[in-house]
Amino acid sequence: MMDKLMIVEDSLENVDGGFAFLGRLPYYRGLGLSMIEDIQITIDGEVIPRENVRFTVRGKTYTLDEMETVYDDRWNFGEKALITALKPGGLAAGPHKLEMAVRNRVSYLPFVPTTKCVKDLALAA
Amino acid sequence: MTSQIKRGVSLYSFQNETFQGKMTLEDCIRTCAELGARGIEVIGEQTFWGWPEVGVNQADIDNWHKLIKQYDCVPVSHDYMLDYKRYKGRPMPFEEQVASVRKDIDFGAALGMPFIRSLVSIAPEVLIAAAPYAEEKGIKLLTEVHAPLHFDHPWIIRMAEMFQKSGSPALGFLPDMGMFLDKFPPVWRAKFERMGVPVHIADYIVKAYEDRVLSEYVILEVQNMGGVGPAIAMAETLRHNAAFEPKRMLDYMPMIHNIHGKFYEMTADYVEPSIPYDKIVAVLSQGGYDGYICSEYEGNRWIEDAEEPDSVEQVRRQQVMLARLLGEPETPALKAAA
Repeated sequence: MMDKLMIVEDSLENVDGGFAFLGRLPYYRGLGLSMIEDIQITIDGEVIPRENVRFTVRGKTYTLDEMETVYDDRWNFGEKALITALKPGGLAAGPHKLEMAVRNRVSYLPFVPTTKCVKDLALAA
Repeated sequence: MTSQIKRGVSLYSFQNETFQGKMTLEDCIRTCAELGARGIEVIGEQTFWGWPEVGVNQADIDNWHKLIKQYDCVPVSHDYMLDYKRYKGRPMPFEEQVASVRKDIDFGAALGMPFIRSLVSIAPEVLIAAAPYAEEKGIKLLTEVHAPLHFDHPWIIRMAEMFQKSGSPALGFLPDMGMFLDKFPPVWRAKFERMGVPVHIADYIVKAYEDRVLSEYVILEVQNMGGVGPAIAMAETLRHNAAFEPKRMLDYMPMIHNIHGKFYEMTADYVEPSIPYDKIVAVLSQGGYDGYICSEYEGNRWIEDAEEPDSVEQVRRQQVMLARLLGEPETPALKAAA
């Protein structure tokens, strides 16, 4: 659910040390950060290594490994998190294919769902 | 004669709009009030950012009470989750689960809710241990009986027996009407067809569902028909859904305190093609049910790939249907936009 809404339109930008965009949790509620098992970012077919992904909500930044033991913070329902991919030089101006896949550990589900969103976004020059 | 049954809405119904910030809490409550659906149910952590790990600002709780009062609505239920898989690789210890439920009892009480909803997978032992605290706070813990579970399933029968043996009036049930899935929902079929399921296989599955063929036979037959991927997935929905019998609720009426009016689609002539609300309302009336039926629109996830859900219109149509079935003299209507 909410697959198409995961990547926020027009949010792709270059930042110091890589690129970033706004992402939302594809779910009808929020989740504590320890239950976000993975956020996989693929840009133009290139998978960003897990250790190069950063997750920021309300001014606090975490690595994906750190998030696994964060019990006092959340990714709220519909909340736009800043998701940063460390990639020296960032991205060239122009169109890019961005893919975001989130894997959650949901208590009541007898499986671990992964939800994916692919969007063509333009990076302003 | 007008029924004792009251109408409400779970704000889950408006998730597509609230997720995108297209509707505020006030918009949701105003919409329900205009439709005469005065009972308001929330998933606490959907409606209130911060719950449970971070906590909720008192200002947000105050705003909730202000809106409930302003629109003459009634708090019905806080649906809590209890994430017992919070710790990777180990389950949450029993005492911590009970403490977590107590926290949600407190939050429900702070919102003025008579009920909080427990997911069906939460162990009855946890609920029984939390029940005395719920009694103290004037809250009932209602386990949501939801497909594929149903009132004849051993898990539910065991739970009901344990609840009764405990003697606590704070333990009960909240049935989700999706368990009475009479027909294969047309919006499900349409989505599977968009995913590539051939028409003849979709036809077969819909017909097999109506014939009540055992899910495993349907899955095998779809494999034999050459079905792959989405065709198998479509057949597998029969593992998790079935046309259970609404009359089974009659055995549990004293323990049923809230109802999820699940629906996948309301047509323009006010019909839910897959869930038999006429039968359901008749059974609830027969059983003397006098609580709320809260609309729970879940068609959003079945159509969002193809069109933007119009949750307000879907909820309006279901409320019209419910008002008619309940014998209300007036047809619910939204006020024209100013």
